[in-house]
Order: sequence, then C-alpha cells, then structure tokens
Amino acid sequence: MKRLVDIRPQRGTRLLLGALPIVTLLLLYLIASEARHVENPADKLLPTFSAMADAVAAFTTERDPATDRVMIVGDTLASLYRLGIGLAIATVTALLLGLLLGVMPLARAILGPTIAVVAVIPPVAVLPILFILLGLDEASKIALIAIGIAPFMTRDLTSFVASLPAEQSIKAQTLGANSWQLAIRVALPQLMPRLIDALRLSMGPAWVFLITAEAVASDVGLGYRIFLVRRYFAMDIILPYVAWISLLAIAADAALLFVSRRGFPWAHGGGR
Amino acid sequence: MTALLELRNIWVEYGDKVVLERVSLEVAERSFVAMVGPSGAGKSTFLRLVLGQEAPTRGQLLLDGRPMTAQCDRDRGVVFQRYSVFPHLTALGNVMFGIECMEAPFTARLFGARRRAAREAAVEMLTAVGLEHHLDVYPAQMSGGMQQRLAIAQALVRHPRILLLDEPFGALDPGIRLDMHALITRLWAEHGLTIMMVTHDIGEAFKLGTRVLAFDKRRHDPHAPHRFGATVTYDLPLDRKTLPPTAAVDAPGQTALPERDIA
Repeated sequence: MKRLVDIRPQRGTRLLLGALPIVTLLLLYLIASEARHVENPADKLLPTFSAMADAVAAFTTERDPATDRVMIVGDTLASLYRLGIGLAIATVTALLLGLLLGVMPLARAILGPTIAVVAVIPPVAVLPILFILLGLDEASKIALIAIGIAPFMTRDLTSFVASLPAEQSIKAQTLGANSWQLAIRVALPQLMPRLIDALRLSMGPAWVFLITAEAVASDVGLGYRIFLVRRYFAMDIILPYVAWISLLAIAADAALLFVSRRGFPWAHGGGR
Repeated sequence: MTALLELRNIWVEYGDKVVLERVSLEVAERSFVAMVGPSGAGKSTFLRLVLGQEAPTRGQLLLDGRPMTAQCDRDRGVVFQRYSVFPHLTALGNVMFGIECMEAPFTARLFGARRRAAREAAVEMLTAVGLEHHLDVYPAQMSGGMQQRLAIAQALVRHPRILLLDEPFGALDPGIRLDMHALITRLWAEHGLTIMMVTHDIGEAFKLGTRVLAFDKRRHDPHAPHRFGATVTYDLPLDRKTLPPTAAVDAPGQTALPERDIA
C-alpha cells in the first residue's frame, strides 16, 4: 500500500480531481437555489442560473444611458483603466526604488525607514485624505491602488536585490563594472522576474483597493455596479459580476506568468 | 625578479579579534601560489585583502610597487566556489560582460562591429576553457564543472594581473576536479598568469602550486583564543616548478611526489 504522501495523480486525473470541488459547489448551489424557489418563487437571495443568464443577457446588450455604453463594457473599461494606471505607477515606483535601495546601502539607510513606515499604514484609511486632496475623480482611486501596493513591492524588491549573492557584485567589479553598470546589467535583469512575481502577488490587494474606492465614490466601474445593485438585492447581477472579476484576475495572472516565462527563461529553470 | 604583489606587515583585526598578524610576503609574477590552512586561519580574509574587498587594519599592500586601494577592480580577477557567474546571462553573455563594461561605460552594451569583436574575443576565451559548444546555455543548465570553467573564462577575458581562486574546485566531483587541474595549469602556462588559490585540499595545493603558503596561528592563548591572529607559518617554494611555465607543463612527471621538495 502506497503512503498517502507518495500518491501523485496523473495529469488527467489531476484535472478531474481539481474540477470535482467546483462542480460540487455548483451542484450545491443549484439544489439550495431550487429549494428556496419552491418555497418562494420570488426569492432573490439565491437566483437560479436561468435568472442569472437573463441578467447577463441584459447587462451585456443593453446600453447604460449614463455612459452610452453596454453596461458591463463601460464598467470593465473604467475599472481596468484605474487598475492599469495604478498598477503601472506602483510598478515603476517599486522598480526604481527597489533597484536604488537594493544596490546602494546608502540609499537604503536614507529611505528604508520611511518606506517601512508608509508600508504599515492601512491604505483604505488614507482614502478620505485622497478624496479630500485629489477629489472624487479618477486620481484618488488610482492613487489608492498605487499607494496600497507600491510600498510592499518596493520592500520586496529591495530585499531581493540586497540578497543577491555578494560574489556577483564583487565579480562584476573585478570585471571593471562601476556602480551604474552593476545596477543595470547585474541587478536590474535579475530583478525583472521578481518584479513580475511581486506584481502578481499585488493583484489581489489592488482589486480590493479598486473596488473599495469605487464603492465609496464613483459613477461607473465594476465595484460601483456591485454596490449599486446591492440596494435591490440583485444577486442575479452581483454573482455574474463577481465571476467576471475573478475571470479578469485569473487572466491577468496568467498573462503575467506568460510574460515572465517568455522574457526570463533563465529564472524558470533554464531553457532558451 | 620584481615582486608583482607585496605585503608589508599586514594585520587584520575585527574589533579585538585578531584574524591575521604580521603577514609579510612578496608574490612574483607568473607564480602559482596555493594557500592552505585550517578553517578560521585567515585564508579567505587574506584573499579578500588581495581582492580589495577588505582593507588591512595595519600594513601595506603594493601591486606593481604602488599602494593598492581597498576596492575591487579589474587588476584582480576572481573565481569563487559558487555564485561566480551571472544566472541571467548565457555563457557568451557572461564572458562578454567584462568587455562590454570596459568599452561602453554608460550602456554597458555593444553594437555592430564592436559587438562582433567582443563576441569573437569571448568565443575564443570560451574555446580555451572547452565551452565552445555551449555558448548560448544559461548557467542553470550547466554542471558545476562547466560553471567553474565559465567563471574562469569570464575572469580571464579582462586579462587580470592576478587571478584569485577561492576554493574553486571544492564543490566538484574528483574526476571533474582532475580535468579542472589540467585546465588551470594549461591556462596558467599559456596566458602567463599569476594565480593565488585558496584550497582545503593539500594535495591540490602541492600539485598545482609553484609555492605553497600555510596559514595558522603561531601563538595560542587558551583563555583568549581570539587575541592572536594567524600568519603564514610555512612558505614553501616548490623549486622544480618555478621553471618557465611552458617548460614546466611539458615536463612529464612534474607533479609527482612534490612532498619531497619540502622534506
């Protein structure tokens, strides 16, 4: 009898086993929803799949009078715009600061404590400040995302660069490299895959900040929509929206992983 | 012969802990100095001094008669036991790195004809260490021996005045280690190198070196073991190998029973 820890399912079996809990959850939902509808045909808490399909059909075809766009398209574009700019600002900041602080102990001594302090501030707590300073428009939402994840990414990248083997730095110097060449030819390329990793890990918090900001003050966006229709108990819209957000998150993660594998094969166990 | 490297009464202390004391010696050009000694006897500290990674607490280091600054530069090449090559560059990229840093101070990258020239020089160096068929391979795909060959090629492409080896073959299989001994001996002869090597393997030290330095503590205070530092306790020239390097390599049986030389 094989020990449990030694049983390694094959690829096909693995996919099947992985699908099992998801299918079970869907079935459970179906049964629960059915049971509630038998009792009360107007139940809104657990809408049937057909009700959800109707809602999906509505929000993927009907135009929102406010934006003159199909509702989910307008919401998705608005949210992705905020998320994209916020992530871009955070990524560039983290890359530059992480490289500088990681390579130069002097810069780390000056800026390290400040970043450590900023990193422990709960970002949502500063949201009112952002609203006051930047207004209720896009800027404050983008700023929340950037402020929320940049310190974490910066600290992660700094410690990564600082922990590169000292031998590499010495070797580069014996090969004639100066500080600048050391930063751009030794530290920067090795930093890139780590940057993508840090970005992947930051995507979850970034979505949280986006939806928070949209829920508080917005007139379009995925988070705004969910919180808007919550007032009518429109679970038939909320559930597909949540599924759509998850899908976007999974796609973004897969895309980042793909870029990392393609761009930096040496960081993924070799290959050309 | 004038000394390439000269150490005058070197002391290294960390706080009240003395690591090296009263080290004075001269290293001639084209010599192969092997350094042995127990762990904690300051071999690696000594190597870091010569490398410029550390400054002596007292004393003076002279390279070509000029005082050395405590900073790594291209006068001294180095190969460590591990982490000597850049994981994000192919073999070719690793060797070209030194040339690119020298010729392109700002971008550290070369283009066009200068890139082709750099590539040629790198390929030549890789061929010399036997990696001519692995130009586009990343270090992660190489065996330990290949990585060390690459590290040697990478260091030699800048023609350092002194090549420092810090237990370069310590992590390799015995068979591979023999290949590496042959390689380093050949490179030493062909390129007229001056090599200083730290090793734990006394056989290796006597086999490769033209001179063996043994580091140890001369005095010992049982109540304060850190108050006395290590120094060079034996400095053994292996005369039969201080012939012109080319002759030394060609002569068969040159490395047999080197212990007799010190008896």
